[in-house]
Amino acid sequence: MSIDNSTVKKVAKLARLKVDAKEEQNLKNELNNILEWVDKLQKVDTENIDPMLSVSNEPMSMREDMVTSKLDNKQILSNAPEKKAGFFVVPKVVE
Amino acid sequence: MTDFSKLNITSALLGLKNKDFKSVELTEYFINQINKKENLNCFITKTFDKAIDMAKKSDEKIIKNRELGSLEGIPITMKDLFCTKDIRTTAGSKILDSFIPFYESTVSQNLWNSGAVLLGKTNMDEFAMGSANTTSFFGNVINPLKSKNNDKDLVPGGSSGGSASSVAAGLCLAATGSDTGGSIRQPASFCGLVGLKPTYGRCSRFGMVAFASSLDQAGPITLTVEDSARMLQSMVSYDSKDSTSSKKEIENLLDYKKSDLKGKRVGVPKEYLLDGLNPEIKKAWDLGISWFKSVGSEIIEISLPNTESALPTYYIIAPAEASANLARYDGIRYGFRAEEKSDLTRLYEETRAQGFGKEVKRRLMIGTYVLSAGYYDAYYLKALKVRKLISDDFSKAFERCDIILTPTTPNVAFPIGEKQTDPIEMYLNDVLTVPASLAGLPAISISACLNSDSLPIGLQIIGKPFEESSILSAASLIEDLRGF
Repeated sequence: MSIDNSTVKKVAKLARLKVDAKEEQNLKNELNNILEWVDKLQKVDTENIDPMLSVSNEPMSMREDMVTSKLDNKQILSNAPEKKAGFFVVPKVVE
Repeated sequence: MTDFSKLNITSALLGLKNKDFKSVELTEYFINQINKKENLNCFITKTFDKAIDMAKKSDEKIIKNRELGSLEGIPITMKDLFCTKDIRTTAGSKILDSFIPFYESTVSQNLWNSGAVLLGKTNMDEFAMGSANTTSFFGNVINPLKSKNNDKDLVPGGSSGGSASSVAAGLCLAATGSDTGGSIRQPASFCGLVGLKPTYGRCSRFGMVAFASSLDQAGPITLTVEDSARMLQSMVSYDSKDSTSSKKEIENLLDYKKSDLKGKRVGVPKEYLLDGLNPEIKKAWDLGISWFKSVGSEIIEISLPNTESALPTYYIIAPAEASANLARYDGIRYGFRAEEKSDLTRLYEETRAQGFGKEVKRRLMIGTYVLSAGYYDAYYLKALKVRKLISDDFSKAFERCDIILTPTTPNVAFPIGEKQTDPIEMYLNDVLTVPASLAGLPAISISACLNSDSLPIGLQIIGKPFEESSILSAASLIEDLRGF
């Protein structure tokens, strides 16, 4: 499978990365090389093999549905690049 | 007068207990060394005031001989991927340049509870993505070791490069690292140290900046095998804040000393004899095998037939998980934010384009692609199935042997700037460490001998799940017989 420029654009959009024309070209070449390399997995016979979703054999248990963290508004906003009146600030999203 | 440059954790604990010196004196010594070796670029953030405070508290406890922790007064460094309360934590990235956590990672909290002293947060490949510590936003780290045949600066390995370099240069007594595909073992090997990646689930991942959650594990980088056991013992715990944290009983890791290697079955996988394996490394491997033979271990040739598929599998799974984990960096809640006010999506795209480095973007693109509609089955699902085959290979091999002995890396430390142009060539550094990561197995790297340039060659011992003491015991045999 080979990636073209429009696929790079689409994937960059999905990954929320702005990519300029030069980067797009580089990424196209690099991604094609990497994908060609990982493509050798297609030759491995995985008929009737279940995907490995976790290396752990321990059953996960449900935790109690209780409030455990006591973060205040100030802490939560302490790293915000832009804040106002106890809220995160974002560009206008509603018309 | 104690020569601080000759200390390790074990001897320092004894010196502190006997009151030969104070933790404050030891800490001041390391602060001085750190300042002298600024050029290695081991640190992203230094915490000297905090270190002195912590050392003073340890000294008070030692004088009163009360509530002593198992690492009381021992100065260490932390990879800058463990969140530390009120101390900047960057993961080597511009996007977290100004991030100050208001919580503590479980692993670091466990270490402070044991009395360890924090000297600083160490440099690393951005988001732990790299094998040479050259992808950090804060510049590359230099290996304190040099080839005796030329003066070029060498890479310390990665991604825990600052941690390994700080231990090898004598800037601390031990360091923490994290290992996703080899990021503890490979730098330990390049810097002539002991690096241990425990079984997946043994250390809590809470408060560790996530790269690939099904693979990430914390572990120690130390001067000796005994130090490795002491550090790891403090780091491990069951933690309800990490749903993959194991409830399995934690063994007394120092019990590795009681274990007898006579009659132990040491597996040697023929698939690890790669075409590109440096002949001197092959020789070191043979030497290692002869040491085990000499104490009566049984050497068994084993086969791990899917070894060849491990690296491509890893480079699908790890970027896929990273693309999900790194979606959180949006420039809104924390971290770097681009100057872009016109539109929310553009703000995300600009922030991430400016905030992430080249290698991180490359992996985010790969990860997003293999998870996207139409390619998920062909790449991601396929990789999960091959991962199962790789894991099954180990389970079968461990029916015939108790531990597995391999080299850690296909080559020794290389000059800064080499092996960086082609991503795949860079990824090949991890070819011998990635399989155990995919299977979640504990593995340790220990320096076995020096090559003709006098650079260290590491051997890797892989163990069965939760048998950390078994790999520690095997590593201590190499430590005893290598003759330095």
